[in-house]
Amino acid sequence: MKKRILTLALAVIMTAALLTGGGQSALAADGSAEEITVGIASDLDSSLDPHVSSSLAGTREVLFNIYEGLLKPDTQGNLIPAVAEEYTVNDTADQYTFTLREGVRFHDGREVTVGDVVYSLTRAAGLETGEPLVATLAGVSSVEATDDSTVVVSLSAPDAEFPAYMTAAIIPEGSDPADGIVGTGPFEYVSRSPQENVVIERFDDYWGEKAKCAKVTFRIIEDGQAMVMALHSGAIDLAAHLDASQAAELSELNVLEGSMNLVQALYLNNARPPFDDARVRQALSYAIDKHMVIDLACDGHGTALGSSMYPAFGRFFDEELTDYYAPDLAKAMELLEEAGYSQSDPLTFTIAVVEAYTPHMNTAQAVVELLRQTGMVEAEILPMENATWYSEAYQGRDFDATITGMDASTLTASALLARFVSDNAKNFIGFASEDYDAAYAAAVSSTDADEQTAQFKACERILTENAANVYIQDLADFVVTQTDIQGYQFYPLYVMDMANVCRVG
Amino acid sequence: MLVTLLLISLLAFLAFQLIPGDPVTKLLGSDYTPERAAALRHEMGLDRNVLVRYWEWLTGFVTGDMGVSYNYGMTVRQVMEGKGAVTAALSVMAWLLVIAISIPLGIALARWQGRRLDRVFVAMNQVFMAIPPFFLGILFTYVFGLVLKLFVPGGFVGPDKSFWGFLGYLIFPALAIAIPKAAMVTKLLRSSILNQMNEDYVRTAYSRGNSRWSVLKDHVLRNALLPVITFVAMTLADIVAGSIVVEQVFALPGLGRLLLASIGNRDYPVVQCIVVIIAFIVVFMNYLADIVTQTIDPRIRLG
Amino acid sequence: MRLRHNKNFTWGAAITAVMLLVILVGMVWTPYDPNAMDGKAKMLAPCLAHPLGTDNFGRDILSRIVEGAGATFVIAAATVAIGLAAGLVIGGLTGYYGGWLDEVMMRLNDAVTAFPSILLALVLIALFGGGKYKIIVALGVLFIPSFARIVRAEVARQKSLDYVASARLMGAGDMRILFWHILPNIVPVLLPSVAIGFNNAVLAEASMSYLGVGVKPPDASLGRMLNEAQGYLMSAPWYAISAGTAIILLVLGFGLLSEGMGGEYGAA
Repeated sequence: MKKRILTLALAVIMTAALLTGGGQSALAADGSAEEITVGIASDLDSSLDPHVSSSLAGTREVLFNIYEGLLKPDTQGNLIPAVAEEYTVNDTADQYTFTLREGVRFHDGREVTVGDVVYSLTRAAGLETGEPLVATLAGVSSVEATDDSTVVVSLSAPDAEFPAYMTAAIIPEGSDPADGIVGTGPFEYVSRSPQENVVIERFDDYWGEKAKCAKVTFRIIEDGQAMVMALHSGAIDLAAHLDASQAAELSELNVLEGSMNLVQALYLNNARPPFDDARVRQALSYAIDKHMVIDLACDGHGTALGSSMYPAFGRFFDEELTDYYAPDLAKAMELLEEAGYSQSDPLTFTIAVVEAYTPHMNTAQAVVELLRQTGMVEAEILPMENATWYSEAYQGRDFDATITGMDASTLTASALLARFVSDNAKNFIGFASEDYDAAYAAAVSSTDADEQTAQFKACERILTENAANVYIQDLADFVVTQTDIQGYQFYPLYVMDMANVCRVG
Repeated sequence: MLVTLLLISLLAFLAFQLIPGDPVTKLLGSDYTPERAAALRHEMGLDRNVLVRYWEWLTGFVTGDMGVSYNYGMTVRQVMEGKGAVTAALSVMAWLLVIAISIPLGIALARWQGRRLDRVFVAMNQVFMAIPPFFLGILFTYVFGLVLKLFVPGGFVGPDKSFWGFLGYLIFPALAIAIPKAAMVTKLLRSSILNQMNEDYVRTAYSRGNSRWSVLKDHVLRNALLPVITFVAMTLADIVAGSIVVEQVFALPGLGRLLLASIGNRDYPVVQCIVVIIAFIVVFMNYLADIVTQTIDPRIRLG
Repeated sequence: MRLRHNKNFTWGAAITAVMLLVILVGMVWTPYDPNAMDGKAKMLAPCLAHPLGTDNFGRDILSRIVEGAGATFVIAAATVAIGLAAGLVIGGLTGYYGGWLDEVMMRLNDAVTAFPSILLALVLIALFGGGKYKIIVALGVLFIPSFARIVRAEVARQKSLDYVASARLMGAGDMRILFWHILPNIVPVLLPSVAIGFNNAVLAEASMSYLGVGVKPPDASLGRMLNEAQGYLMSAPWYAISAGTAIILLVLGFGLLSEGMGGEYGAA
């Protein structure tokens, strides 16, 4: 009798546990049709200042929904008018005149005026401080309002690519994003909780087509496996930037394949040993079979690259460079021997990788393994948190090698190539080549499209020939959504546009 | 207790002063001038005596001002908001589960010592004690989450949205933490009772014609529970530690995840604060256990 | 020391022997190179060629588990060695001499044991960086107090026993008495604690690798494998289960051994 009571008691405890859990599952799946939860792999930058934080891709893709510039990119990579209605350029391509759209409102309800535009661009271009917050705006010499709806931007040198930079966010005059996040985008900022979430809501006074869903919660799920689990269970509705094997695991959901639009490479610190020696860099380029890496780490999904340019850029992309270094183990070993390494005295270095980015971690594992097979290279993975990687490896330039993806913040070749000019502040690999600097300068100042394309391609070729980095691929971008979620669109840029995403049925 | 607390906080504070790498260089990034660094250091008060800063930090801590996070530019308190509650709820729930499972089970096993039920459970106990909580968490995710669909892995709901949903989601993580500990406590209680059963007073009670059950209930239990209470109190430290890992398994936004992220981000004010809070909880629990033991058995004097 | 012939000890010895054998063999030979990738054999279910299947890089899971268990074992053993060696010296001296040093050491001990060891290890790793050797040092240091406490109590008890007095009469110095006469007598008390410490070290290492601060990829580690396996729970549950079972067997073997030797499991 007693025994039975005990068994019963245990059974009751267990059942109660299960029931409460069960009740909860119904609750989470029952989320409002107007609310969408998106999993993101890392917390946003500490600052949500659109003019400052533009370096962290993960922050930028979320801010895309909140802030807008005078112009904004569309899914085809064209620039479409946003806060501005139209613009004209003078013959010498050094003066741009923007006409403001009427009735564009900030999230606080105030209408955008020329004063706001002048303030925003002046702030972003650092005209008052002398230090541009947005590096691409360094060429701006003045921003003036000529009447209530016209702003004239003058450049110190001609730049045909300039309109692409006018995606820089417009914020209210006199405001500091540190005190409040106010933009003109289809969503307004609601709240954030560190390491937990960022919440945005539909902006009902948006000038254009209103967002389809009322509220988007970006949940920070740093662990790739937890992300898969959350999709499996329906805890989140959508996650982007998954890799092929994660997508395969989620085949019962909607899986969209696009391209991440970034240059994934084993970036090498050209400024210090061992990679200040071009032979060593070339040896690695021969030793790492990028197609094999794509097979091993990405199940064959991804586009092999040979320089700092990806196919979405069309005419700037030079396919010939992709297999410039055909896999050749013998040549790799020869070069390493020339540089003074041997089986008994192997080349050793560390690869800094942000742990939360599964695709980069997987690529790193494959790269380390391929290098190990040479018998002359011992590479060690150094897993890091995003912020540490950013401050130490990227900004602090304290790294041997790192696997990451460099994306374009604007749809211009400069966005990918400017960083390798020897004195560029973002030249974190410390690449220095006079030829490159000359070719790049020629490219940006050129007003002839063909000439410009040729010069940018020359830049790419210099990077490849010098083996500045071991180029790998433009990652396949798997976006997985629950089956009732529709409207996700890929951009040729690293952004996550939530405005068209909605729940159906 | 106060001495231990002070010592702990001092240790924690000093540890984070010895770290290679200076918050100022982190805040300023790669290009900064020595003058700017010095100015910022002065502004942050980092150029003053360590003990002075310790005192300020401690008084701030006690009054609820825990400093400012390097990484988020918010106060540590804002950063931790809501996360402490998750970890606390998880730990307390796991702890209560340990008690709820192990006390009845330990008594039952002692009561039916040597029977088949006892032998099966004692063997199972050994295995359960060897399971790492996070692996149990993974198993639960698979069995209860993915196969039986009793909960939504990763579908955490904040207490502000749905209090019961919040507690419901915590049940499986709490069980994952509790079961290995409950197995230990069960075993301890069982052997503690069996030890007592051999004492003289038990034989006397038997000789008066009491049944095994009534001897157990009226005489043995109080004595047998004493060592168990101390142990149960001590498991809280392990439970809190276990919750740090298990939070990761179930994607719970608690102190554990914040701690890991802050360690990775070198956000030392946050790390320091979490470490000290956890240590305080543990010390406090041990103290509480002492008091409870004393109340049950006034013969025990604790220094 | 008397080994009680009981079921616990027999089972513990058997499990531990098998695990040790597997680990030792694994150090010289594994079915496959644990790090060798194979793009054509990814995520295979258990089959004849791969008894536990393959992972997302086409690496043989069995080989990786064997290697991972080896790594975990070495880390745990080294950790215990550090904790034990330092614990013996500190606990021995404080227990033997007593006095203010003893008082200070024990206070410090209390403060350190107030922190959950994983928490402290995480913080230490945060200060000094991750990796196999740093984990060993961090965990080893954290294990000193518990060993020191046991040794101290035992030495304090033994030093008033007759055999110590007679050794002293025969003119033996303090150090000789402590390490030559007393030490062998506390071994039986210490052995179960060593097994328990070993288990705690295994769990701590596995947890830390699971959290990503332990052994670095691509090297195999049971904790990290569990982390990776979590993403494939639906399609390949055997991956997580086999890695977890390896941890359980390691811990269970030593746990039973310790109990067979009369230790109280889990009370380190």
